Amino acid sequence: MATQRQIHTPLTAEVIASLKAGDMILLSGEVYTARDVAHRRMYEALIKGEKLPIDLQGTVIFYAAPTHTPTGKVIGSIGPTTSYRMDAFTPKLIENGLKGMIGKGNRSPEVVAAIKEYGAVYFGAIGGIAALTAQCVTRMELVAYDDLGPEAIRKLTVMELPVIVINDTAGHDLYAEEQKKWRIIA
Amino acid sequence: MEKKTRKTLRRINVKRITKTVKKLFIEANTVLSEDIVSALKTAWSLEESASGKHVLEKIIKNAGIACRHKMPICQDTGLAVVFVEIGQDVHIVGGDLRQAIEEGVRQAYADGFLRKSVCDPLTRKNTGDNTPAIIHIDIVEGDHLKIIAMPKGGGSENVSAAKMLTPAVGIDGIKKFVLETVDRAGANPCPPIMVGIGIGGSLEQACILAKKALLRPVGLPNYKDERLAQMENDLYQSINKSGIGPGGLGGRITTLAVNVEMMPCHIASLPVAVNIQCHVARHKELTI
Repeated sequence: MATQRQIHTPLTAEVIASLKAGDMILLSGEVYTARDVAHRRMYEALIKGEKLPIDLQGTVIFYAAPTHTPTGKVIGSIGPTTSYRMDAFTPKLIENGLKGMIGKGNRSPEVVAAIKEYGAVYFGAIGGIAALTAQCVTRMELVAYDDLGPEAIRKLTVMELPVIVINDTAGHDLYAEEQKKWRIIA
Repeated sequence: MEKKTRKTLRRINVKRITKTVKKLFIEANTVLSEDIVSALKTAWSLEESASGKHVLEKIIKNAGIACRHKMPICQDTGLAVVFVEIGQDVHIVGGDLRQAIEEGVRQAYADGFLRKSVCDPLTRKNTGDNTPAIIHIDIVEGDHLKIIAMPKGGGSENVSAAKMLTPAVGIDGIKKFVLETVDRAGANPCPPIMVGIGIGGSLEQACILAKKALLRPVGLPNYKDERLAQMENDLYQSINKSGIGPGGLGGRITTLAVNVEMMPCHIASLPVAVNIQCHVARHKELTI
């Protein structure tokens, strides 16, 4: 397997530009969890010109909602949810400063275009290995939208969270490229 | 004159049902079944792509960690799907059966530190306790009560599909629908997947057949019908040519198994349902 590259948040423009689809990354620093309803609220706030509960500039959002935290632990099990559900809201967030997203599954052409135009990156994390992924989270803090329960916006401090670059600023799509490579046409 | 004897019904208290449901949902979410772990190890040995092998290694490692530390295997601890088989000689006492099942789910998701993942479809407001459960009840012969807890995640459910095919499309048409569904899903349902297929019945019955098909252990073909065993094998081969691979990152193993269940349908119809299951295939059962 290729070597994993260490990257820290906040993501700089240079780092983002250097990332290529297929790069295996160990991500450390702060990320925010936000999914469906949180995205809709932030999107609508941007449309109305209202303040967001988080500063999007240089931010990485992790599409995740953890299980309830057991006693004595930092966090329950956590992993990526399917990203396409956030596609309708994502270009607007990227336009307004969002730099990185961690999820799983392919993105829409509009999101891929926004990643290219504004210099952002979409990382894939392996889905369904949530007990293992939880070991990368050293701190969790509730930030906003408490009423959403598991889907609230939380700030996570992560240490060497393994992710892979799916969509880069050059417009490459790892899923499309790899699946084409391995497909057997009968 | 024949003497009429009164059959004794077996009494089962709802408290026992609540306790069983709770135990099964916690166990299903923390302990991956042996047949799935075994299938993942086989997939690893068959997989040719480096990233595919890497994903499978992590999946197997995670299952071990989840079991040892009693942590949920996946953060999506699912909608609580429950299959209940009640023998017709059983008498449920002490309360309402459905409420007892719901209470078992409520307790599992609270005490088991599972995630509450149920909401109003329109407002999206979380119901707060992972109820209501999806309960399927069958009355069967005998005096036993069997409960199957099947936490079903949203990602794989979202890429599932059902269609009323035109009968003229035949077996080839059914296979085409299945392959299109899997292709469209791509990386989204966390491959390697399992595919449950229901053919026949009515629209909703085909869906229930497809979900029940997912309960069959990996590696067991449909022994009842040779045509279906053949279809299962054909589709297994075809899906694993798709190139999607573990995690959708390209590879040889996209599905661990394809299970087909079938029943007769209307002479004008060909209902087909495709229920996709991710690699965190969870179900535990107990017969009281």
